[in-house]
Amino acid sequence: MADSTFLDSTELVLNMGPQHPSTHGVLRVILKLDGERVRGTECVIGYLHRGVEKIAENRTYQMFAPYVDRMDYVASVSNGLGYCLAIEKLLNVEAPPRAQVARVILTELNRIASHLIWLGTHALDIGAITPLFYVFREREEILNIYENYCGARLTTHAFRIGGLQYELYDGFEEQVKAFCDMFLPKVDEYEELLTGNRIWIERLKGVGILNGEECKQYGVTGPMLRAAGVKWDLRKAQPYSGYEQYDFEIPTCENGDTFDRYIVRMQEMRQSVRIIRQAVEKIPAGPIMGKVPKVIKPPVGEAYVSIEAPKGELGYFVASDGTTQPYRVRVRPPSFINLQSLDRMCRGALIADVVAIIGTIDIVLGEVDR
Amino acid sequence: MPEEQKPEVKPAAPAGAPAAPKPAAVMAVAPWESELTRLLKDQFPDQIAEFSTYLGQNFLIAKVEAVVPILEFLKLEADFDYLVDVTAMDYPKRAERFDLIYILYSFARNERVRVKTVVAEGFKPATAVGVHLTANWLEREVFDMFGIEFAGHPDMKRILLPEEWEGYPLRKDYPIVKQDERWVKENLGIESGQ
Repeated sequence: MADSTFLDSTELVLNMGPQHPSTHGVLRVILKLDGERVRGTECVIGYLHRGVEKIAENRTYQMFAPYVDRMDYVASVSNGLGYCLAIEKLLNVEAPPRAQVARVILTELNRIASHLIWLGTHALDIGAITPLFYVFREREEILNIYENYCGARLTTHAFRIGGLQYELYDGFEEQVKAFCDMFLPKVDEYEELLTGNRIWIERLKGVGILNGEECKQYGVTGPMLRAAGVKWDLRKAQPYSGYEQYDFEIPTCENGDTFDRYIVRMQEMRQSVRIIRQAVEKIPAGPIMGKVPKVIKPPVGEAYVSIEAPKGELGYFVASDGTTQPYRVRVRPPSFINLQSLDRMCRGALIADVVAIIGTIDIVLGEVDR
Repeated sequence: MPEEQKPEVKPAAPAGAPAAPKPAAVMAVAPWESELTRLLKDQFPDQIAEFSTYLGQNFLIAKVEAVVPILEFLKLEADFDYLVDVTAMDYPKRAERFDLIYILYSFARNERVRVKTVVAEGFKPATAVGVHLTANWLEREVFDMFGIEFAGHPDMKRILLPEEWEGYPLRKDYPIVKQDERWVKENLGIESGQ
């Protein structure tokens, strides 16, 4: 980008962000333009870098658990689940069945909450203001469940290594069921507003295409990969937390454009409700904590554990040196890696499409920068 | 990080005769053998030092020059077409201080493999961008955090920290409260960011 100046008449370099409402945080994108066409982009990230991986090396295993919530802060429960599973893998323990089912319910609720934020902000970027208010109304119900469960709404620290800290509260099942009954018609409502909407279709169809092969090359996972026709979901491919017991589909589309990603995420919310309904019917009795020592000292070794977070594959690579503190915690952040494909998707697109494409990746800058 | 340097002196069983010696501080790995390892052994006879498995996760330790050919071979011949992650670990006391780790996944086999290698400080391993496009940002992050430069990388510069920042934070000899004071002073106009 350094070789282009403003005297070079065919190219214009435009700086988008970091203070731009539709970059979903502090993302700076340098656009290289030819008229309205984007010829290349460069992402400047790191504004929210807090050195989470460094902090991990200086905390005990339990002390680090709340920090992971602050990465993808709209899907904090998923982050916590991934971290707990990674440490449980190193310790070679498993959470008891009751805890696993509760984890599935809370994580799927979190997936819905994350997709709702995505839907509201993505639609807002494109000019549809109404869905934003609708989705926050429904998300509030999910946050209420979290608040009743653990007292926190956003950065919940809901899980502990080995299970759960809190027993499910009285009326949990009823509240979750009531949410499911209330929520499904609301998804239809959003779809009514958007799916057949002519402006919505015109703005999304054929924009930001990334086919299955390109997704694999760029390591893109999650709804973006599934929208490109690759039927791959870690909950099915390598089930964890008892996901193999639940009956659900992996929604896919074919074109891999922004519209398909929208369709996939809408379907995923419905599938999440389906999982939650099955799970809430069969919460087993029993303990909520596995046999985990008070002082966690995993044997020397390393493990990589990943889960299907709302945004894609969220992995933790944890190395233990036999002490109470991890030797290394590496987070494989889906937002960071999916964002890398922005350049590929934007080439040849219009400036206005860049906004749609950033929205469709569904990034959270807290996770990109860590 | 004083608490991190604690030597392992706590006796496991204080009383009684000295029981079985404390397990050495190494990973209790088991050998990994499969169709794939045979294939790799044929292809790279003396480049791969070890095929191991730990907690059901397979990994191999290769010579650093062989890593990119191995990634390419795994991609083309064994369907490991998705580079999940590239990361590193620092062992400052070792002669070749860094571990470089590539995590691979195959959609067709539904299987993961880790390719590990060791890198000395200052050595420039070859980039994997030619094999997996994902490696671009991932290697930049490794450079940013550990200072491992990748030879042939199209855009080898910092990604999360400011470009003029000095020091590599995820190295073990970089204390947690340390910062590039010059950068903070010049760019933020304050004595310390803490």
